[in-house]
Amino acid sequence: MKSFKIIVSVFILFMMAASCKSDKSNTSESDLAVYQCPMQCEGDKTYDDVGSCPVCKMDLKQIEKGSQEIATGEISEESIFNLTTKWHTEEGEEIQLVDLKGKTLVMVMIYTSCKAACPRLVADMRNIEAQIPKENIKNLQFALVSIDPETDTPERLKAFAIENAMDDEQWTFLQGTESGVREFANVLSVKYKEISPIDFSHSNIISVFNSGGELKHQQEGLGVDNKETIETILQLTQ
Amino acid sequence: MKIKVFSLLLLCLVVQPLMFGQAKDMVLIEGSRYLPLYGRDSTVVEVKDFKMDIYPVTTEDYELFVKENPKWRKSNIISLFADKSYLSNWKSDLETNDSINAKSPVNFVSWFAAKAYCECQDKRLPTVDEWEYVAMADETTKDARIKPSFNEKILAWYEAPKTKENLIGETPKNAWGVYDLHGLVWEWTLDFNSVLITGESRKDIDKDNNLFCGSAAVNATDLMNYAAFMRYAIRGSLKAKYSMKNLGFRCVQDIKENNK
Repeated sequence: MKSFKIIVSVFILFMMAASCKSDKSNTSESDLAVYQCPMQCEGDKTYDDVGSCPVCKMDLKQIEKGSQEIATGEISEESIFNLTTKWHTEEGEEIQLVDLKGKTLVMVMIYTSCKAACPRLVADMRNIEAQIPKENIKNLQFALVSIDPETDTPERLKAFAIENAMDDEQWTFLQGTESGVREFANVLSVKYKEISPIDFSHSNIISVFNSGGELKHQQEGLGVDNKETIETILQLTQ
Repeated sequence: MKIKVFSLLLLCLVVQPLMFGQAKDMVLIEGSRYLPLYGRDSTVVEVKDFKMDIYPVTTEDYELFVKENPKWRKSNIISLFADKSYLSNWKSDLETNDSINAKSPVNFVSWFAAKAYCECQDKRLPTVDEWEYVAMADETTKDARIKPSFNEKILAWYEAPKTKENLIGETPKNAWGVYDLHGLVWEWTLDFNSVLITGESRKDIDKDNNLFCGSAAVNATDLMNYAAFMRYAIRGSLKAKYSMKNLGFRCVQDIKENNK
């Protein structure tokens, strides 16, 4: 009788392991409402909860910000947040793309051992950053995705970030899996191929997503005029 | 105790074919080094041993897949993963149009869908290098590219209309034991986006140094191989969410070291 039980449970276990993963349900949304004093006694200071202003004692009012508006809603069909693959940041944290939700995203695919185009692509990214006013930066996230997940470990990405003075909060570096990177590149229509163990050829595309993860603009090429890209970012981060 | 061990063993024997049942329609491809049309700076590429489906995935196979995975049904698919023509020859979520034979290769599927299908079976899509490696075999030779008749036959297929409606397994089996690599549908590959030619030929001349780094690596090593050139060109023009009537897929599996 006992062995029968074991057999049955082993069988069930096998069947469970064999059946395909079904899609995960959306992660539950935390309430992202922001409150602020209507008189702005403390400047731009905001609160996460209802209450009254410590200076003028008026009730705090809920405010809406462009990028946070979408953050509370469901993600749309076109959103890159539908991709459920896992990534590692340069800080060693494991995240999904949906964890980047809520801010305007500027993404590019690079690899750190690249000698030719990537330094220029990185320069293009920094050039974009330099043209965005400070108050917009806080609604903005720059993400650099490695196309060489084997070499570009979180440690290496962190070192690259420090070396290039891109270690501030608005910069994120992502290491994925080979299949996750391939998938992501396909979403961005980025083409790449390993030419040798340390060299890849790849398209040079900078992509801008709104806070809901929808692609809004793509800039192709190196050192090109980034006026449109900047305009798109400014519109999205207002 | 003995009985327990015995029955567990028996159980494993019963479950084994259930889990790896699909493997019976695969053949072992012995890896090697070869010179593809687009190599790494005209050097050879290495293909490791792997197993390949001998047939493309059929409409029937795909019906089973969508039955178990509602996410990939026609009405549920999200636009990030497939364009509007996804399964457009199906009359409902689980049924194809009456004119479609269950044994014809599935088409109107996007790369994302094909990738998910293979992963669901613990397989993956073949890489371009793997696919081309197996596809250079004719019925008798594993590398038939030097035979003029081989290329002529493939090109004759490229000219033949409506081959996508044919059934699987009707073209001659190649030297590896694989059917229908040529003669039915084009097939998705895992890294179809790796060949650096843009869909637009205008973008491919001179100024593309700006768009791609390492673009000088793109050289046709065998321009005589016009058929292969066409395949690479088509792959270069695809986007992963395209679903097209003459594009299907098949899966491959890595050889696991402890898996006999």
